[in-house]
Amino acid sequence: MTDTTLTQRAETQSAPAPLPFKSILEADALTRKRNAAEKRFKMYGIAAIAIGLFFLVALLWAILSNGLGAFSQTFIKVDVPLDRQQIEAAEKSVVKTSKYRAIIDGAFASELTKAGISTDIPTKGLEKLFSSGAAATVRDYVLANPGAIGSTVTFDLIASSRVDGYLKGRVKREDLAQDKNLDAAHLDLADQMEDAGILEKRFNWAFITGTDASDSRPEQAGIGASMVGSLFMMLVVLFLSLPIGVAASIYLEEFAPQNRFTDLIEVNISNLAAVPSIVFGILGLAVFIQFMHLPQSAPLVGGLVLTLMTLPTIIISTRASLKAVPPSIRDAALGVGASKMQSIFHHVLPLAMPGILTGTIIGLAQALGETAPLLLIGMVGFIASNFPDGVSAGFFSPNSAMPAQIYEWAKRADPAFYERAWGGIIVLLLFLMTMNIIAIILRRRFERRW
Amino acid sequence: MSLAYILIALLALAVAGFFAGRGKALRSAGGDSRLLHSLPGYYGWNIVVSTLVPSLLVLAIWLAVQPVVIDNHVSSMISEETTSAGSLSLVMSDVVRVAEGLDLAVSRGTMTREEAATLRTDVTDIRARLGEIGVALGSDVSPEILEAAQAYRGWSSTGNLLRSIAVLGIAFAGLAFGFMRTNRDFRARNTVETVIRYMLIAAACIAILTTVGIVLSLIFNTVEFFRIYPAADFFFGLTWSPSFGGGSELGIVPLIWATLYISFIALAVAVPIGLFAAIYLSEYATSTVRAIAKPLLEILAGIPTIVYGLFALLTVGPMLMNVFGTGGALGVSWMSGASSVFTAGVVMGIMLIPFVSSLSDDIINAVPQAMRDGSLGLGATHSETVKQVILPAALPGIVGAILLAASRAIGETMIVVLGAGAAARLSLNPLEAMTTVTAKIVSQLTGDADFASPEALVAFALGMTLFVVTLALNIVALYIVRKYREQYD
Repeated sequence: MTDTTLTQRAETQSAPAPLPFKSILEADALTRKRNAAEKRFKMYGIAAIAIGLFFLVALLWAILSNGLGAFSQTFIKVDVPLDRQQIEAAEKSVVKTSKYRAIIDGAFASELTKAGISTDIPTKGLEKLFSSGAAATVRDYVLANPGAIGSTVTFDLIASSRVDGYLKGRVKREDLAQDKNLDAAHLDLADQMEDAGILEKRFNWAFITGTDASDSRPEQAGIGASMVGSLFMMLVVLFLSLPIGVAASIYLEEFAPQNRFTDLIEVNISNLAAVPSIVFGILGLAVFIQFMHLPQSAPLVGGLVLTLMTLPTIIISTRASLKAVPPSIRDAALGVGASKMQSIFHHVLPLAMPGILTGTIIGLAQALGETAPLLLIGMVGFIASNFPDGVSAGFFSPNSAMPAQIYEWAKRADPAFYERAWGGIIVLLLFLMTMNIIAIILRRRFERRW
Repeated sequence: MSLAYILIALLALAVAGFFAGRGKALRSAGGDSRLLHSLPGYYGWNIVVSTLVPSLLVLAIWLAVQPVVIDNHVSSMISEETTSAGSLSLVMSDVVRVAEGLDLAVSRGTMTREEAATLRTDVTDIRARLGEIGVALGSDVSPEILEAAQAYRGWSSTGNLLRSIAVLGIAFAGLAFGFMRTNRDFRARNTVETVIRYMLIAAACIAILTTVGIVLSLIFNTVEFFRIYPAADFFFGLTWSPSFGGGSELGIVPLIWATLYISFIALAVAVPIGLFAAIYLSEYATSTVRAIAKPLLEILAGIPTIVYGLFALLTVGPMLMNVFGTGGALGVSWMSGASSVFTAGVVMGIMLIPFVSSLSDDIINAVPQAMRDGSLGLGATHSETVKQVILPAALPGIVGAILLAASRAIGETMIVVLGAGAAARLSLNPLEAMTTVTAKIVSQLTGDADFASPEALVAFALGMTLFVVTLALNIVALYIVRKYREQYD
């Protein structure tokens, strides 16, 4: 019993034991599965980054492909004979610009015959090719140069937004079926004019320097005035948030005792950094406009609101760069008899300055692109149709800001304004890019590692 | 004396005081600055401080108080009948405009001082006279308003005169006081530094003041709103249909629903992509890939939200329309317009990717290397290490990051204003246009709404809700993140 049962038991135990010979160079099923999972997991990561980068590319592509058009503009070259009688009649009339339009139409019709282009469109219908601001261009010229009356002057008149869009490929022939502003015949004419060199696309300085235009003249809308508005706002933000932010950080980092009050300040700062920007807009509306009666739509108020919004960012980065200055600097200053205040203002602060400036520039860049609070304090209700005259008017008189102006254009019905909105975004992003590059250069060049 | 002149005079006094103080201190030490307690400049600064600080404080208080006092006096002159026609504030703004117009006319020389003081409504057409110099008045000036305006002018000019005298007097007194104290043993540095220290404290307190300002401006207007609109209807009402004519229904439920729906879609896009990107960048990527991919992803975070809004409205929306809209690629018509919950959600998700990824990246990097080494040493593959060791260890932090992202999504404005639509709706279809809390704050407060109407005041109640929700999310998130960090540091 003993021997046999033992061997039997050993046999039953080792029955599944004879494992098939396996090379360790050859992965078994489980290892293959695990390796496949490993590879898949890695692929997910790569895919995630690829998707993220794809979105970035798509965004930039959308911006560039839609927005670059705003930087060129179609002009029509017309020799306008400034006949004294016609101009005097126009100036006497109530609707001066429509008389000037008639002058332009006549001049344009003769221009077409001179170029050898024949068209069935009646002379009156030709004015649809021009922007409705073209007449004002001629009139302004006449008023500025009364001596030119009687001679023939060559004008580069702005084409209407439809013609402009046709040359840029935005407006297609089939779109014009329901459009009462332009017919296909006009487009044929535009093609011929382009061949004859009367119609040409040029860089659009007016977009960069100009002001906003009314709903019917998208071809004349520019971002210049709102750039000035943004500039004044940024000046307010810079001159308030930098000193206040640095002062607050110095107190918190160097002087503040460990107590409830300091904790309260710190909690407040970290919370303010996460409060939605629109809430700052409500604060600005209630405190600065309702309570303090500061002027609505003024860059000063916008700047104040954005200052409160950027302060946490600046305080956080300033504290980080103050903390990065080694204590030995402070000790050395104190050791040769400087007071605490002197050691900070003469030694720590200058050494922390590159970091502080970097943080400030990044904070300013954030503030420059912020829109939501500006909507509430009325910077979007106002359309910037002229530049502020003088410095104090720049702060106190109503103006727009770049993002608010872009929003205003995005809301309008005419797709020609969308092109302006994208173009405005390119300008805005160029500013942001410049600021960020300056910040990076500052950090690279001046930041010291201790 | 106008404000600018007062400021220039103060500045001049301060500069004079600086040199006087410095000079006196040096003279008292016989020209040897080593005998002084502080560096000579501090004696000058001491006088600057004692000249400017009290006088500027008085000036600031005066500027805040004077209009209120004058308003009270003048508005008590206006009779009941006049106020019954329009609200008191409208009448008062007329009074102020007439008064300022008259002052402007005098300063421009179109009216003599005596003429302005003796104007009578039955003799002069004041509206036309003021119109000439560009002051537009809404209606003809009644004798009562003119009288009030004259009183306003009288009070203001007296007030301004008193202001100049008081401020300059205090500045002189401060200068004299500082000058008298100046001698070689005076501890000028300590005095100046104490003042600077209080300034630093004041700057730090602005953070508290901002929070207080936010809370107060929200609370006052919210209370005002609930006085004219029942709170229960606001919090539990299922319809949002404001009409400025009255009889509007202002239920917050559809707005909250859309806000949460959009935030959910945004997180559904941002969290997987952001998390996997963070895992890949911190665990797998070589340093070159990391150095290129990470900043590129972070560009997405630096792009202003208005750009995303436009991207949603003009690119993503029409693209989705081409797929799901009538006559689209799928042949279904589930979508009726470019703006929808899905449009806004996806674009917001793109915006949040770098937010989630860089926060998670930090958190994953904070997991100690020993835990990775231990897991790899036991034979786990890299992905098993990530899934079974690193992620569980980093989970609280990642949850915190997701909560922070959620609070960003809830508070985001421009994307939903442009991309989500304007109609409030309770619907499950993500391709329908809905509107959110933030979008309605914007639409209720822009335009020419009367601030006293419930339709405008509701924005403050919405803002309060938003503020409370995001604050709670942030506090919870920061608490979780902080608690987790303490485990390994």
